[in-house]
Amino acid sequence: MIKTNLKDLLISCPYISYYLDDFEEDFDEEISFEENLRKFPDYFFEQRKMSREEVAEEFETYIRAAQERLHQEIKSVTSVTILPGRGKDGTKEIFDPIEIRKGEMVAIVGETGSGKSRLLEDIEWQAMGDTPTGRTVLIDGMKKTEYRRKGGRSRAIAQLSQNMNFVLDMNVGEFLTMHAECFLRKEEIPEKVQKVYDVAVSLAGETFSMDTAVTALSGGQSRALMIADCAFLSRAPIVLIDEIENAGIDRRRAMDLLTGNDKIVLIATHDPILSLMAPKRITIRNGGISSILLRDEQEEAVLLRAEKMDHELMILRNTIRRGERISI
Amino acid sequence: MKLVTFAGPPATGKTTVMTRIVKELENFGNRIGACKFDCLQTEDDKLYAASGIPSIKGLSAELCPDHYYITNIQLVYDWGQKEGFDFLFTESAGLCNRCSPYIKNVLSVCVIDQLSGIHAPRKIGPLLKLADIVLITKGDIVSQAEREVFLRRVEISNPRARIFHVNGLTGQGISEVANSIRELAQERNIDNETLRFPMPMALCSYCLGETKIGKEYQIGNVKHIKL
Repeated sequence: MIKTNLKDLLISCPYISYYLDDFEEDFDEEISFEENLRKFPDYFFEQRKMSREEVAEEFETYIRAAQERLHQEIKSVTSVTILPGRGKDGTKEIFDPIEIRKGEMVAIVGETGSGKSRLLEDIEWQAMGDTPTGRTVLIDGMKKTEYRRKGGRSRAIAQLSQNMNFVLDMNVGEFLTMHAECFLRKEEIPEKVQKVYDVAVSLAGETFSMDTAVTALSGGQSRALMIADCAFLSRAPIVLIDEIENAGIDRRRAMDLLTGNDKIVLIATHDPILSLMAPKRITIRNGGISSILLRDEQEEAVLLRAEKMDHELMILRNTIRRGERISI
Repeated sequence: MKLVTFAGPPATGKTTVMTRIVKELENFGNRIGACKFDCLQTEDDKLYAASGIPSIKGLSAELCPDHYYITNIQLVYDWGQKEGFDFLFTESAGLCNRCSPYIKNVLSVCVIDQLSGIHAPRKIGPLLKLADIVLITKGDIVSQAEREVFLRRVEISNPRARIFHVNGLTGQGISEVANSIRELAQERNIDNETLRFPMPMALCSYCLGETKIGKEYQIGNVKHIKL
């Protein structure tokens, strides 16, 4: 690799430009790394306390490590399984293993402080009896140690919560482009960015532009952008959501988007519509899983009614926003 | 005794994270001591004391913090030996971004803060690039996209390191880090070991106390901006 022309190397491994930037000397891209080093003045190597050969060898090591790491694909995940542990008072949980397959959504419900977030943390951590709950979480039937040994990455999980904010000084377009650059080829980026933006706007209900600073987005717009980004750009196959309901976004579409992209979705929520939207819901009481309910026919009918009511409320909200009068 | 050097920009959460790691290692019956290197002042020794961790502090004050660090590390190491620690953690924040306190064959941990901005992984140089383990803190309050971009940039800077997201407040991720430290830290005397990256050649008139501005006052190893 040290003998390859930098121009060609920069095409297959564009990130080496960062590595090269850290040298104080300028590189000629028409020639190789090694040839460039030959042109560098001797004092450069004296200051680094390294010989030309050592600098070349270090570059070779860097690029091999970088290729191995950065070109790695995230493997898709077929299922997540939760095995019982114990509640806050030490009582054993009793349930058959809960298996969640890709494209499925599960709701986690329970009173504030009951342990919903703790269950999400167990999954994020891929617990093996080593968390306060003593639960074990399997990915594709494997415990963490085995899953990692077989090349499973710890980055299989994306998280979304009410506490998360954008902290970047960038507009929406720049932000999405920057994220897309991590995983996509240059020519694929503009189309993908446009798609994520379009979907985010349609989820948010309130429009915003590509030029809007991400920090200037409203709560609902931020959540919508994060969800669209998670669905289309993030490669993590498992999405954990903690409380997003007050954001005024189109929840049905948001969840359909995530599950439609083959994600495994777990959502901790107090919202009745989101809870019923999931075909399966886990109830937590005093730290332990107390029941696992499958949505039945009656609940499906109630869900439809609740969604209608919700829709009416949304129309009401928008009418008031526009400054219009409301009639019966 | 196994020496582990922790380094990272100020206010990234090093002390909080280290305290958590110490507690985790203590569960395995290990005794751990800490030394904080800083520039002007630090209250971190009180934090260590509050957690019952024996510690000392060293302030570089008017000296270059990197040079201060390297001329004192042997003394600190000897102190740790005498105290009979299994692990000695050193912590340094007061280094310039050009430098790193990492020593060859001594486990080196970089603590970097997600809130320090998306360009931070490039700006902090050898501190990040030459670490064996990188801990990213405060990732729980930014968007997933920002976490992914930040991680990617850390990986570009240092593709060899083990990288962990940790939460110093809840302790999430800490036990995995402690396991890595147990696995990677080596028992070895640091006498005659070498820095991973040379410190700056600072031999100009200002090193000797010059304060005046102007060409005639600049003597020694001087470098001028390219215009």
